[in-house]
Formats: sequence, structure tokens, C-alpha cells
Amino acid sequence: MRARTVSRSHGEESVEAEERPLLEVAGLEVVFRTLAGDLTVVQEIDLVVLEAETVAVVGESGSGKSVTALAIMNLLGNGRISEGSIRFGGRELVGLKPSAYRRLRGRDIGMIFQDPLSALDPLFTIGRQLREALVWGGTPREQVRARSIELLQQVGIADPERRLRAYPHELSGGQRQRLVIAIALACNPRLIVADEPTTALDATVEAQILDLIRSLKKRSGTAMLLITHDMSVVAQMADRVVVMYAGMLVESGPTAEVLAEPHHPYTRALIAAVPSVSTDRNQPMPTIEGNVPSVRAQVSGCRFHPRCPLAMERCASEAPPVRVTPDGRTSRCWLSSDEVAAREPGLVAVAGGER
Amino acid sequence: MSALLVADHLVKHYPLRRRSLREPRRTVHAVNDVSFSVDRGRTLGIVGESGSGKSTTARLILRMVDATSGSVRFDGQDVLSAGRSEMKALRQRMQMIFQDPRGSLNPRMRVGDVVGEPLVVHRRASGVAVRSRVIELLEMVGMSAGDVDKFAHQFSGGQAQRIAIARALATDPELVICDEAVSALDVSVQAQILNLLRRLQTEFGLSYLFISHDLNVVRYMSDDTMVMYLGEVVETGPTEQVFGAPTHPYTQALLASAARGDWRSARTADLAGVAES
Repeated sequence: MRARTVSRSHGEESVEAEERPLLEVAGLEVVFRTLAGDLTVVQEIDLVVLEAETVAVVGESGSGKSVTALAIMNLLGNGRISEGSIRFGGRELVGLKPSAYRRLRGRDIGMIFQDPLSALDPLFTIGRQLREALVWGGTPREQVRARSIELLQQVGIADPERRLRAYPHELSGGQRQRLVIAIALACNPRLIVADEPTTALDATVEAQILDLIRSLKKRSGTAMLLITHDMSVVAQMADRVVVMYAGMLVESGPTAEVLAEPHHPYTRALIAAVPSVSTDRNQPMPTIEGNVPSVRAQVSGCRFHPRCPLAMERCASEAPPVRVTPDGRTSRCWLSSDEVAAREPGLVAVAGGER
Repeated sequence: MSALLVADHLVKHYPLRRRSLREPRRTVHAVNDVSFSVDRGRTLGIVGESGSGKSTTARLILRMVDATSGSVRFDGQDVLSAGRSEMKALRQRMQMIFQDPRGSLNPRMRVGDVVGEPLVVHRRASGVAVRSRVIELLEMVGMSAGDVDKFAHQFSGGQAQRIAIARALATDPELVICDEAVSALDVSVQAQILNLLRRLQTEFGLSYLFISHDLNVVRYMSDDTMVMYLGEVVETGPTEQVFGAPTHPYTQALLASAARGDWRSARTADLAGVAES
């Protein structure tokens, strides 16, 4: 049962994807200034998004997934990039002037955020907000209206001509997210950064929005960096997945392979801890002991070792290396994937109990 | 097995404001003719999307909002017509756990006071007895005596939810209503809390009304499942039956959208294939 993969739903897309890196993040480290001194929130982040590819960054709260996305957008607020490089289409973004970054955002990089209501301005009509994005992207004024209607049609908003005069509060949650997607697509961006795009939506609406994003992506060939906490969203959307924990990257690889046979003990335990249709209701849920560490907690060695069922002595003191397999999967662990599988056979065999 | 809680034809209508007196009176049917029962020591799951009326149903039972019509009987006693003192007695037997543990715990109170407050309010303990009972409750939910003097914000979401559970159990309730009790928690912590709730159920013979938008969580927790949509019950029955052979189109649609994300089930590949074409 475990061997079933999701490759079928993504196969066509990955074939289409050109093997050209659009976004390359290397050795990224982000520091936030706080009253208690500087706080390193993410470090040693390496990730690549190819043209037309969808890469998911998955993690729990405090994993640094959103900070990674914000760093790429240069929207860190109190934070700053203290190390590493971000290259977009071959161009270095770290150190870019704010004005140059502004030109990039909205045009080359579109954004979709979790909460559509706060991403939209309640005082302006839908038409006005679309126009702002379109004009920003250089659409000639006389074409703005036609293009707005076209965009609303593309994202499946019915009666677009009338809707242009409506305000965000007049739309349902799903429609608002459709509108946010329309705005993100307005300038035909080369990359879309989507931060938890369906987390605030109901299950049936989530399915519709995921379908929409997938079909639009297929049509436009836009690449996507998808930030999510939800493995089922990863399974449905991503060609490749990057798993983060406590500010660091712990595992990466093609989605189907990582989900079918995760290498890192954290990924294994995380997948096992999500109840599914096949979960045995008569058994306790497999759990991960302890709690997600606070950003302030400086964990020595491997960040996951206090909760890891396979932790050894050296895990507490020495930071593990990143293992790279020949087929391009990575895992930050002292144990190889074979060793992990041997010591902890089967995903569901992760230590039971509640703590 | 005897029914502990019986809700009969519960209705909650909210009148909509009219713009003029000539406009017809209109109402929102938040909960419309909802009936169910929860047996002792069992769990009834309520699943539905936002606006389905599942949380309002919970609130009607505890009289946090007043029902428009219908009846609720707890252990044979009429809840909706109970007087002030009767209600106070009833509230000890019916407790609730909310979605956001940090939002439902008073940030100015120490954990010991948060958990001990129901004991004092309901005069179940006083003086040093409060503290020893609080420690007992905390240990029951996997916290320690050393946590008594801390504040809620010093804990992670999962720990805070344990504290909320300890508080809910302080008055030895028979029914606990869990309203999206694990929805705000991280995945790795969610399973811990589910296991904790199940252990406490076995230990104390608790009945749960377990409300969630997450189908798989409801399936794991519930003996029986009730599916709500737009204020109405569309399907109800033993969990295996509702999930294994759903009869209502809405339940089927809900299950289908959940199954699409479940890469572990054998059906996923087929469904994904259908969705693609």
C-alpha cells in the first residue's frame, strides 16, 4: 500500500519542466533583531526551483518555511539575510536595491498569501485592485478592462463584468482566494510564491482552488514555490518537496519518492502522525514525542534529536551532515536511509504513546 | 447502553436585519432541526465545513446561545429549561475544549489558577486541597507539578491544550465537547492530544461530542459520525458506515476531496487521474 505513489498526477508536468533553474537559494541564513539580541531563524537553506516546476516547502510552525519565502520576496521586516545567496533567473537578489526589488515583485514574482481578506484592500473594488496590478505590470490602459475580465474568467469567477464593481467583502472565501490568484497572475510572473494558499479554506473549496492553481500553472508554465504545513497539499501539487524543521532543511527530493519512502526520521514520523483513511482506529496514533522547539531554543547537534526515536549519542553534540543520494535526494542525518529503515521498520512503528 | 445526551429537533434561527420595514422578515437557519444522541463512554463526531452549524450546535447544548426551539436532555434532565442553580450543576457535568488553547486560557492567570478555578467556583475543593487536585489533574494530562506557577504563554500550543483539558476535567464531567480541539495544533502534536483524549475517555468513561472539519481526525476519534451541511444533518450513523458507504452526495463529495490528498490510500491515484482529465 505504501508503495503507491502520486507520480501519475504529476508525471506530465515534470516531463514538461525544463531543467533550467529559475530560483536558486544557497546557504541562506536569516537573522531577526529582537530585544533579547539577534535570533537566527533559518540557516543553511539550499533550494532550487526549475522553470515550470512546483517545489513545496513543508514544515510545522517555527520551521522557518514562511521566513524562507519572505526572504526570497525581501519582505522580512525586522529580519535580514545574514548569509547566502538568492539567484532569480541568474540574477543575484541579495543586496538588490529596494526599488529594484519592487519592480520584481508583482511582475516577475507573484504572491498568494494564506488569508485572502487581508491580502485584498477592503476599500477598493475588485476592478480597481486588478487594474492596479495590471497597470503595474505594464498593461496598456485601454486593455485593462478586457484583461481584467479575462483574468476573472480564468480563475473561475462567474459574471466577471458585474464582479468588477464588487468589493472583497461581497465575495466568499473561495472567490476571494480566486481573486488573489488572478492578481498574482496579472503580470504573467515567472514564479509564484504561495504561502499556505488553501489553509484558510474549507475542504471542498480547497480542492477547487488546488485544481485551479494546477491548471493555470500548466497553461502558463509558471514555476511555483509552495509553502505549506499540509502533506496532502504537497502530495497533490508538488514535483519536489523540501522538508524543514526548526529553521533547517532536513530532507528534500521528488515528492512521490519522499512521501512513499522518506529518508529522514522526522519526515517518517511526521507522515505517520497524520491520521488517514487507512489509520487503524483501534490503535493509538503514532506520535512524535515532545513539542516543536521554540525559535529561541538553541538545540545543539541535530535539531530533531530531542524528539527523534533513533537519536544516538553523537546526534546531541554534532550537527549531522547532509547526505545526498545519486538520484538527488538529500537527508540531514547521521544515519543513511537504509540504516533508518532498518532501525525503525515501517512508518507506523514510530514510538507510540502520547508524549 | 444508555443515552447521556439527547438533542431533539434543535433549531437556531438568527433574524436578519431589515433595511426597511416593508422588507420581508428573513432569518438565517444556523441550525435547522438537528437531532442526535450520545451514549455514555462513546464519541459522536460532528463533521462539516465552516457555516455548517457544528459549533452552534455545541453552543446550544451548553446554552452559550439560546435555542429557538427543540430540546436537549442530559441524563434525563431538560437542559434548555433548567434554572440557574440546576444549570450550574449541569455545567460541571458538561465541559468544553476549544480550538485555540492559548486564546481560551487567561494569560494573566497562572496554570494552577486556570486549572483550579472550576474547583473553587463549584466549591469542589478549597485551600490546599485545590493545589493537590490541580497537580493530580496536570499529571493526568501529561504535565508536571512544576508547571503550576507558570503562565499559559510559556507553553507551546500542545502543552496549552493539555492545560485546557486539565481544566475541563477538573469538575469530573461526564460529557466533554471538543470543538476543533486539535485543529490549531502542529501535526506532530495533534496525534499526542488525540491519544490523550482517547486514554482519558477509557480511564473516566467520558462521552465526547467531537467536532472537527477534518474527516480523518473525526474518523479516528468517533464511534458514530454526523455530517452537517448548511445547518442541517445530511447523514448520520456508525463511523465505519458513514465513511465506508456514504449515502448522501455531500458526504461523498467531502470524502472525495479528502481522499484526493491521501497519497497513502490505494484510491488516490485513480482519483487524481480523474481530477486531471
